[in-house]
Amino acid sequence: MLNNVWLVPLLPFISSVLLILFGRQLPRKLIATMGAGSVGFAAALVLIVGLQFMQSQTSYTVHLWSWMQIGDFSPNFSFYIDQLTIVMMSIITGVGFLIHLYSTEFMQDDSDYSRYFAYMNMFVAAMLILVLADNLLLLYLGWEGVGVCSYLLVGFWYQDPANGAASRKAFVVTRVGDTAMALGLLLLFTELRTLEIQAMLDAANTAWGIGDTIPTIAALLLLGGAVGKSAQLPLHTWLPDAMAGPTPVSALIHAATMVTAGVYLIARTHGLFILAPGVLMLVAVIGLATLLIAAFTALNQTDIKRILAYSTISQIGYMFLALGVGAWSASVFHLMTHAFFKALLFLAAGAIIHCLHHEHNIFRMGGLRRKLPVVFWSFLIGSAALAALPFTSGFFSKDQILLFAFEHHSSLTLLGFNLGSSIGPWLWAGGLLGALLTAIYSFRLVFIVFFGEAQTEPNNHLGWRMAWPLALLCLLSLIGGWFTLPIASVFPASAEHQVSHLIEGISIAIPLIGVLIAWLVYYKHSLSFSRFTNFSSGQALRRFWKGGWGIDTLYNAMLVSPYVAIASAMRGEWLDKIYHAVVTISVSLHQVLSDSQSGKMRWYIISMVFGLIILVSILGWAN
Amino acid sequence: MEGLAIPLNHVLIVALLLFITGLAGLMFRRNVIFMLMALEVMLNSAGLAFVAAGTAWQQADGQVIFMLILAVAAAEVSVGLGLVLQIQRRFRTLDMDQAKRLNS
Repeated sequence: MLNNVWLVPLLPFISSVLLILFGRQLPRKLIATMGAGSVGFAAALVLIVGLQFMQSQTSYTVHLWSWMQIGDFSPNFSFYIDQLTIVMMSIITGVGFLIHLYSTEFMQDDSDYSRYFAYMNMFVAAMLILVLADNLLLLYLGWEGVGVCSYLLVGFWYQDPANGAASRKAFVVTRVGDTAMALGLLLLFTELRTLEIQAMLDAANTAWGIGDTIPTIAALLLLGGAVGKSAQLPLHTWLPDAMAGPTPVSALIHAATMVTAGVYLIARTHGLFILAPGVLMLVAVIGLATLLIAAFTALNQTDIKRILAYSTISQIGYMFLALGVGAWSASVFHLMTHAFFKALLFLAAGAIIHCLHHEHNIFRMGGLRRKLPVVFWSFLIGSAALAALPFTSGFFSKDQILLFAFEHHSSLTLLGFNLGSSIGPWLWAGGLLGALLTAIYSFRLVFIVFFGEAQTEPNNHLGWRMAWPLALLCLLSLIGGWFTLPIASVFPASAEHQVSHLIEGISIAIPLIGVLIAWLVYYKHSLSFSRFTNFSSGQALRRFWKGGWGIDTLYNAMLVSPYVAIASAMRGEWLDKIYHAVVTISVSLHQVLSDSQSGKMRWYIISMVFGLIILVSILGWAN
Repeated sequence: MEGLAIPLNHVLIVALLLFITGLAGLMFRRNVIFMLMALEVMLNSAGLAFVAAGTAWQQADGQVIFMLILAVAAAEVSVGLGLVLQIQRRFRTLDMDQAKRLNS
């Protein structure tokens, strides 16, 4: 069965191609069966592959064909399977199948049913290629494939120009990171003469020492790609706008799978990042900064999907923090639990939006606890896992990350200062502040949306295809943390934790305090931020946070406006005038010819007579 | 051939004048019926030239061709009058400058 692992990406790919070619002629039932069924079959295959793999526990390469041959560069089309791949494939096909099933009902009334499933299946296929690839070039193919599908799906409702702008922004901003990543691949190939990940990591280990310049630059460039794809500082601005797409798309692409590709990339090439401790420190700092900035922004948003988007950015920040402190398996563990509970939250949010006439503003929801009980419980469980309340899945993964961060020591020195020795507790404290904010904003959402006065009447009921995925994801969000992932053997061994009970106690208590604050402020209203926001500086700070720390404004002023200004200045250039002249001449010639076809009979007769006279006189003159 | 002999040149000049009259009528008249009549004049001028030439060279061909022209003219008039009826019905006018759209 391991040899047939190529069937897993092939099934959704075939379904996608068929839907693109014949989607318009097929009945909706068949489209839904193909779209969700192909991913379901792929999930079943992954289950079989995973069970077989667990017996042997040795990494395995499936060679399919030689992709191309350019000089001594010959990348193969082959798949590499180890524990990390199995975990990623299970998340993609498992969560992906639930989201596809949910979509069959969510998108029921959309006129472009087949296009939606064609894109979604194509996305699943590309994402599977990304995690299965055994060389970086094939990984890059999947990497760009998911980028294109994300672009197509964010702009799925393309009739609204705002959605088109959002999808372009997502595409262009991630392209910045992807360019860095492509440069990284080129550098790695010129230095090591191979892009096969395992061979490359071995070669890097023998060729370079820790802290050398070239691995640092290569790791930095790969980090650029990861930062773009995973929406981390400074390339995170596309993700909140990407919420323009349908909600199941946000759940699958912009929460569970694609945005975690950067985490996967760094985990997959961790051998290279270990050689560059400075970059690893940068990963941790980026993660910490992103998780705090995004959490502060999420606290002030009013659009339910944007809150979840910022919370996704923030949670991926935790994963980056974990990668940066060398907690590789904790990072992948958080990736998995996050996929469960964030997909659950997005699908629940989608159910609310579905039932409330596309209402996105949380202050116009309210009191939905009794009217949508299934959604309420899903959202409560998802928020509990997001806030890392004890014994939910998020608790286990986030707790691990914080403990690793606390114990982190780095021998990194910069300009003679030893930066690393005392950085652990600082990272830990920052992570804790993030955890507190996470608890506050997620339960702010719960209290505002589901408690209080009812604002809008729900008009739809959930069918089984929307309710069952929610229920299954609830289950996974609750118990997903009780498994230990068998991925430790992929990564270098890490030391046992030796932290005092006090530290552990604080990690457990902080989310509970956050929930308490949210309860007091947004349910009891006995505590209020208004004393704080009454000052003009408080107001300004709140606006600043709400606008995402002004980063979008900064980019607009720094990059977009100068570019647009240069482009409009170039419009009157002399080279352009030549081309404009060509256009003008052909237009006027066309005008003359078009006017001669006036439809007037006498005009035709007269021109015929004169033509004949001219012709005859030419003939007579020639003889 | 006894009697009044008209030189061929004179007949050809008359035929040319007739032809120009017809062509001018076709070019400058707007009424479709006048245009049809102008066409007839042009056909007959050609017929006159044929007859005159046939007589001058003592050949019957000229008169045969004239018979052919008569037949063609009769056929043309029947088709032309049918078109005139259609034009009147569709455009409510016989002015060819008004009737310039193929698909009304």
